[in-house]
Amino acid sequence: MSEWIKVCALDDIDAEDVIRFDHGDRTFAVYRSEDDEVYATDGLCTHEQVHLADGLVMDEIIECPKHNGRFDYTTGEAKGAPVCVNLNSYPARVEDGTVFIQL
Amino acid sequence: MASKIPARDYSLIGDTSRRAREQGLVTAQWYQTEIPRKTLKQLMKRRDGPAIRDTLGWFALLAVTGGLVVALWGSWWVVPVLLVYGVFYGSASDSRWHECGHGTAFKTRWLNDWLYQLACFMIMREPTPWRWSHARHHTDTIIVGRDPEIAAPRPTSLAHHILAFFTLPQTWTTLKSVARHSLGQLSVDEADYIPEMEQPRVYRTARVWLLLHGLIIATAVLLQSWLPVMLAGVLPTLYGGWLSYIFGLTQHAGLAENVLDHRQNSRTVRMNPVFRFIYWNMNYHIEHHMYPMVPYHALPQLHQALKHDMPPVYPSTWAAYREIIPALWRQRTDPDYFVRRPVPATGKTPDAAAPAAA
Repeated sequence: MSEWIKVCALDDIDAEDVIRFDHGDRTFAVYRSEDDEVYATDGLCTHEQVHLADGLVMDEIIECPKHNGRFDYTTGEAKGAPVCVNLNSYPARVEDGTVFIQL
Repeated sequence: MASKIPARDYSLIGDTSRRAREQGLVTAQWYQTEIPRKTLKQLMKRRDGPAIRDTLGWFALLAVTGGLVVALWGSWWVVPVLLVYGVFYGSASDSRWHECGHGTAFKTRWLNDWLYQLACFMIMREPTPWRWSHARHHTDTIIVGRDPEIAAPRPTSLAHHILAFFTLPQTWTTLKSVARHSLGQLSVDEADYIPEMEQPRVYRTARVWLLLHGLIIATAVLLQSWLPVMLAGVLPTLYGGWLSYIFGLTQHAGLAENVLDHRQNSRTVRMNPVFRFIYWNMNYHIEHHMYPMVPYHALPQLHQALKHDMPPVYPSTWAAYREIIPALWRQRTDPDYFVRRPVPATGKTPDAAAPAAA
């Protein structure tokens, strides 16, 4: 059964940025958009398993730091070569200034 | 008489490839000099302005020198002008191909894609195979059996380097692969790094290229003149690509293979503003490999941020070649030789056995 997991304070993520969040043996990328919405995806690029949290957030896109593979972080959709496989995305919300994701 | 030095296996499907995997060199964790996230974000920021300015300047130089070629055609004065035009056609297109392939030159995606296609045609590199081969080059830089873009394999073949200076082996390889792809076939190595879903795009582009080259040749036949084939297509790549080869060898030639630290297998070389315009700052090559998302126009600032942890910068292209030429010469007979770079002991070089995802 899925549950809401506490990630961090909203202020721990800059606007239009991403952080890495490890939980158990899994790793996630948690995003804060320019208009303060939060999103979560798998943490590793589906191309070469690089941590997306080291990448660049532009509008709704996260770009992988190694090969510039691009995903829509609001949906996890791969946006073209060199990434071909979508990321899993997860519900995320902010409650009293704290970010939660549903796993 | 000295016995012949056996060639190393640089193919992507042989024993060296298997050994690289066993040694933890595949998709491994590479050394990175630490840099504050805020600084890096600032450096990674995309802008259209610098690349639009540089691209308009590049097109203007091609138009002026190309116009002079047309005007002076039939006179010997056309020869030096052709040499300059050729460098802007066959060498400057190399860096445009590279930067737009990374998607970092422009902020606007379609500008990157559009210039990438154009530059690929000019430098004679098929867009899709080279996008994937370059991704592999960044994953497994100078890892034997993994990196398809090792420009100075050992032992050194002088004949290869002389021919490559005139872009002959590269162009011949492309002509063969375009023909193969237009028939819907990939080589075994290509199939190792080009995903299946991308393959129809390879075949389609190869057919368009054949059509374009056919049109250029048909124009020359129609006009009964060599001028069209001297200005576009294969020939300007052949007579103009030499400077990109000079630049390209400074990147990794003579340095270590099979290490997980770009400071030991790449060079950062100080170059003059003209070279940096043609080369789009790829002389900051260690920095580019360490942080490939930083656009070319921000590499000088990235260099400043990282230089405390870098080996000494080569003060000029000539200084780099004073190291490269003897190293390649020695590697003719001693393929185990390489130049060891003095790396500051400020960080921790990663363990070859630590995968990126660990």
